Amino acid sequence: MLVYLRKRIISSLLPLVVVVVGVFALARLTGNPASLYLPLNATDQMRADFTARQGLDQPLLVQMADYFGGVLRLDFGESLRTGEPAAAMALRAFPATLQLAATTMVIAIVAAVLVGCWAALKPNGIADRISSFVSMAAASIPDFWLAIVGIWIFAITLGWLPTSGVSGGEAWILPIATLMLRPFGVLVQIVRGAMVSALSEPYIKLARSKGASDARVVSHHALRNAAAPALTVAGDLTVGLVNGAVVVETIFGWPGIGKLMIDSILQRDFAVLQAAVLITAIAIFVLNILIDLGYALLDARVRPTVKA
Amino acid sequence: MATPLLQPEGHQHPETDPPAPATAPAADVPPVPAPTAQDLGDKKLSLFRLLLRDKFATLAALVLVFVGLVAVFGPMLVGDLATRQDLLAANKPPFSLEDGWGYVLGSDSLGRSMLGRLVIATRTTISVALPAVGIALVIGSLWGVWAGYHRGLRETISMRIADVIMSFPSLLLAVVVLYVFNPSLGNIILILAITRIPIYLRTARAESAELQSRTFVDAARTFGSRPTAIIGRHVIPIVLPTLLTLATLEFCYVMLAESSLSFLGIGIQSPDVSWGLMVSQGRQYLQTAWWLSIFPGLAIVITTIAANILAAWLRIATDPAQRWRLSLPRTRGGRRFGTALKGATK
Repeated sequence: MLVYLRKRIISSLLPLVVVVVGVFALARLTGNPASLYLPLNATDQMRADFTARQGLDQPLLVQMADYFGGVLRLDFGESLRTGEPAAAMALRAFPATLQLAATTMVIAIVAAVLVGCWAALKPNGIADRISSFVSMAAASIPDFWLAIVGIWIFAITLGWLPTSGVSGGEAWILPIATLMLRPFGVLVQIVRGAMVSALSEPYIKLARSKGASDARVVSHHALRNAAAPALTVAGDLTVGLVNGAVVVETIFGWPGIGKLMIDSILQRDFAVLQAAVLITAIAIFVLNILIDLGYALLDARVRPTVKA
Repeated sequence: MATPLLQPEGHQHPETDPPAPATAPAADVPPVPAPTAQDLGDKKLSLFRLLLRDKFATLAALVLVFVGLVAVFGPMLVGDLATRQDLLAANKPPFSLEDGWGYVLGSDSLGRSMLGRLVIATRTTISVALPAVGIALVIGSLWGVWAGYHRGLRETISMRIADVIMSFPSLLLAVVVLYVFNPSLGNIILILAITRIPIYLRTARAESAELQSRTFVDAARTFGSRPTAIIGRHVIPIVLPTLLTLATLEFCYVMLAESSLSFLGIGIQSPDVSWGLMVSQGRQYLQTAWWLSIFPGLAIVITTIAANILAAWLRIATDPAQRWRLSLPRTRGGRRFGTALKGATK
């Protein structure tokens, strides 16, 4: 178990390191970093001051050491707009995104398990058709457009929901519905596929022959084994959820890390962008570890095979 | 955006693959690529006939051909319609022929024709998506086939690189890169291609790793063919259908990614126009002129659905073990659509 975890941590640490180094390389090796951090109309004097203050005239290795030290202390410099530490801004925005993403994921998983099981039990039934349709939609409809259609219908035409903001429960409906489409579309197919193969296993026949009800067979015998494949995909999906969150937060004015990123790009605030990107990378790293842990706990077969 | 609905390694050819291209030589002649021009012609013809039997796949192919034709010839036909401003004709609602066909889809707040702008945007959108898919396909496939054929360290390192790229949200990568470098057409194509290379890399590696232990590859090796020759003559022809199917599906993904970037303001920049950018520009007029956002989005949706259906059909049609499904007499209209849908999402 511990060996397995250590292996997984090392293999997920690699992307994190690559991202950290990559951001440094992009910022320093492509021309003058001062032009990245400072506004476009900065004077030469401002640029020179900035270069000296930030130690950008030091040798590259010294800069690199400084940068890594900063990353370890979560110190990414100060925002141009507000003068606040960039990391503080990113950390303040982070909970909003986390709430949104976690709620979406929980609803998507529960819905996918229910619809997926139903679809597996009744092939070509209503649930099967719904799940096929949603999966197709998830692969074809751009999320930003879906959000806009949602706003157009429910906020502007019908006036039922607010167009943006975080006040009140109604404000959550459109962002979550938009963000949910893709994870639900993928998960429902996976749950369905895993359930179909789990239901044809001998132990299901045994359970049935012992007189277990349909509901009990599904919830106690099949679902437990079908959950593992769904969980492996969850990692990829959460990575994808970050992409969706950037779009959804921008459209609905959600004060999360995705909106912070886009705002800092449009206002050329590189320190904040860097902080937001790196903190997201760290969050993804932690999440991947948690998913691996959950996978190992769920599927007893994983432990011995990985150890061996 | 999630990795589109497919399991890169999942699609393995069953044992019934056509071993035809290479098993033939029993004499001491080095193996010759077996499918002659005649064979290929026949195969194409039958594939075309198969396509016509499936009305949804045919429709999807027609939609894609239409989009392609619009991208190539459309800008010539609309002329300056897309850029001509006419404040008297501002915010015309769609589906009215009062001002002629140019304004059939309405106009924007500057009185530019929606139809004209959509046509111009088609060319931009396609001219980002096609090169990006092409570059990723060529690099990812060759790299993957090479890694899978040689196994060992080369394979491990390649897969690690793929893992690193895949485990980071592609949009964030694009965001940082397009901030540092300016978002020109070339940079957008490049970043989209780089983030999608791992998909082909993984698939090609899995297939080629399985193929390199087959008898006909062994035979070629025994006769002294060099690895590059074996890869080119025996491995690639067999892997190619799978990769082309994947590329059709990837076309959707890349198009969606480009529109997201353009929508967020870090993709295609004004005065150029792409479908994603049009949705974004129309967003502020949602209350008064809904058609400005809805139509370009609809264009994206229709094109991606068509590519998805075609990819699902291609997957079955190019797989000899499954092709018989397509030649069955049709039972009910909804059925075929159902299989296509499921194929698209597996």
